[in-house]
Amino acid sequence: MAKIPKRLAPKKYIENKDSETPEREGTKGFNRRDFLKTAAVVGGSALIGSYATASASKDLSGWPDRYGCLTDLTKCVGCRSCEKACNEVNNLPKPETSFDDGSVFKEKRRPTAKAYTVVNRYKNPKDEGTPIYRKVQCNHCNEPACASACPIHAYTKTKEGAVLYDPEKCFGCRYCMIACPFYVPAYDYESALEPKIVKCVMCYDRIKTGGIPACAEACPAGTITFGKRKDLIKLARKKIAETPDRYIDHIYGEHEAGGTSWMYISGVPFEQLDFPTNIPNRPIIEETKGFLGAVPVVFTVWPALFGMCYAALRHRETMEEDKDQNSKKGVEK
Amino acid sequence: MNHNGTLSKDDFRSWFMDKLLMGMSWPEYAGKLLTPFNIVAAIILSIGIPVIAVRFIYGLATATHASNEYPWGITLGWGLFAGVPLSATGFIMGTAYYIFGFKKFKPLVRLGILTGFLGYLFAVIYLLTDIGRPWRIYYPMIIGFGTASVLFLVAWHVATYLTVQFLEFSEAILEWIKSRRVYKWATMMVIGMTIAGIILSTLHQSALGAMFLLTPGKLHPLWFSSYIPHLFLSSSIYAALAMVIVVSTLAARFLRSAAGHTFLESLDSLTVGLGKGACVGIYVYFALKLVALAHDNNWYLLNTPYGKWFLLEMLGFVLLPALVLTYGVKKYSAGIVRFGAFYAVAGIIVNRINVSVIAFNWNLPDHLHHIIPPWQEVSIVMTLATIHILIFRWILNRMPVIREEPGYEGH
Ligand code: SF4
Ligand code: SF4
Ligand code: SF4
Repeated sequence: MAKIPKRLAPKKYIENKDSETPEREGTKGFNRRDFLKTAAVVGGSALIGSYATASASKDLSGWPDRYGCLTDLTKCVGCRSCEKACNEVNNLPKPETSFDDGSVFKEKRRPTAKAYTVVNRYKNPKDEGTPIYRKVQCNHCNEPACASACPIHAYTKTKEGAVLYDPEKCFGCRYCMIACPFYVPAYDYESALEPKIVKCVMCYDRIKTGGIPACAEACPAGTITFGKRKDLIKLARKKIAETPDRYIDHIYGEHEAGGTSWMYISGVPFEQLDFPTNIPNRPIIEETKGFLGAVPVVFTVWPALFGMCYAALRHRETMEEDKDQNSKKGVEK
Repeated sequence: MNHNGTLSKDDFRSWFMDKLLMGMSWPEYAGKLLTPFNIVAAIILSIGIPVIAVRFIYGLATATHASNEYPWGITLGWGLFAGVPLSATGFIMGTAYYIFGFKKFKPLVRLGILTGFLGYLFAVIYLLTDIGRPWRIYYPMIIGFGTASVLFLVAWHVATYLTVQFLEFSEAILEWIKSRRVYKWATMMVIGMTIAGIILSTLHQSALGAMFLLTPGKLHPLWFSSYIPHLFLSSSIYAALAMVIVVSTLAARFLRSAAGHTFLESLDSLTVGLGKGACVGIYVYFALKLVALAHDNNWYLLNTPYGKWFLLEMLGFVLLPALVLTYGVKKYSAGIVRFGAFYAVAGIIVNRINVSVIAFNWNLPDHLHHIIPPWQEVSIVMTLATIHILIFRWILNRMPVIREEPGYEGH
């Protein structure tokens, strides 16, 4: 096997010179007047639904150089070094059992409020002796369902590819958890005063300064490759083409839910490893576009329609009143 | 001076007794409170209020499953997703009366508006108990704008519509405190408010369904459908009509002393009238359900366990109540229509709980085990529902809702 470098991208993030503000909508330096103006405009659009400018999809084509990771599931040895590195780098609470404790594999785990990433063990249908391990973390979708769900815009798809969450905005409705097709965001239910969503950040601070994600760096088996998403797809294709009996012909994440930054190749079909395989290949937000598009129609057509009904009613009533009065007059005469 | 002072004190006392104690003295009033219903209510509250307090002091983990796969449980399934369609009463009765001119329904209009207003108010209260940081509830209005989010639309519309409903109901409150000037001003707004109510209701009723459009892989294909906004909207219409029947039946039965002559006398024939409307609505909904099923070509799923549950919902909780209602209307029997209405309301609750709880995450292992709510959550829901009923009763007993305030008749 040729040795695959852990990193495919250049050390420095040089593509965009003016890349100081990676977020889509900075709220910094907002003065009060601007704020009120925006509030009024958004207030209007919230009710009436001018969603055209708000859609997430426009951002994507503009960021061809976003990063991602490719997890080669045929390589993972289940050592949980990635879990450990992630825990340390992100200052997460120490787990109850140590990271070399294999007993955690008895059950299937998922990312929680205390762990951005977990590794699970699966039976290998081809070879009983060597189980398959699957690392789970946020897939950093191209058009994240979590971000489309959030009513407060607490999520940002950065142009580096990472999907970030801002606890300062979140009010804890947990709709993002409902919407994420990969069951990723976790909620810190234990906290009474500052509960928040918890999920992998693709080591944003590290990749922004030219580093690679801690989990990818820590992996002793070279399972995770970090790089530009488009290069990773090429790499995955190449691997599959060169060793077709090692891999099934599918890059999970190339198209799922509109494509994700974190992708996977595997030796066994993905559904055997609990990957959701019933997800549409287009961005999840597409499903709601029709509905949101109808909103302005209702706002314009309904008042006219029901206003007309009311006018017709009034007209009928006045006619009847007139008739009543006339007939009364008739009786008096 | 002195004389005047004592007079106004007496005035206040009589106002207080008249308005708040329904014309009784304190001992009389307190004695009246000792009814079986109130005792049950007191027991529920004495368990539930501490549970709610613990939830706010120690966090959601004490009151819910605290599950990352199942972020929503019955608090929202019942309180928001079932509560909102059953609160479409205000918009339906308002539209029927003010816009389409069904004048005979007048005795039920205010009841409909009150049911709607309190229903929305409590939907928000359920939401506040369930979200992690309820003190940030206004954030979608000020802090961040998720304009592509359906929930953003729901938040704005529910907030606006709650205000609209309050203004609509304010007429009754103003009559209660006998204000004449503001009362005129309030009536003038009614038409505008009603049309605003139609727009907002059409959109957020369907938006509640559209929220599940983001869950194509998670909601069972029999319930996930691109028609789900239409299904939610059309079912909310008959839900509202049935709910008005349910609420008026209960009011006439248990709050007879608060009901006026016109209300009691016209109730049977109005019930049949509402039943007629509900019939049309429920058949439309049933047809739409079939269209959705055919559109996704999901027939083959009917022969699975979830398919059977789906069929039970379709036939047992939509078609059967529809047939009961039809029969009641044909026989002109208010009793049968009432039974059908209770049944139809139960069907709506079944549907919304199905979408938000039972069919959601159906493909996860051990799913049915996970959706059994912890007792704390059940007790929170029961407590809020009890408070809802108590407030409803409090208002019906005092304000001119199912009777007319002397001096304001005929408005
Ligand atoms: S995997 Fe889930 S949490 Fe991560 S970006 Fe995609 S939708 Fe959001
Ligand atoms: S839980 Fe927070 S981040 Fe998630 S959708 Fe709700 S407000 Fe947004
Ligand atoms: S990318 Fe960073 S945050 Fe995400 S799982 Fe790896 S180490 Fe953790």
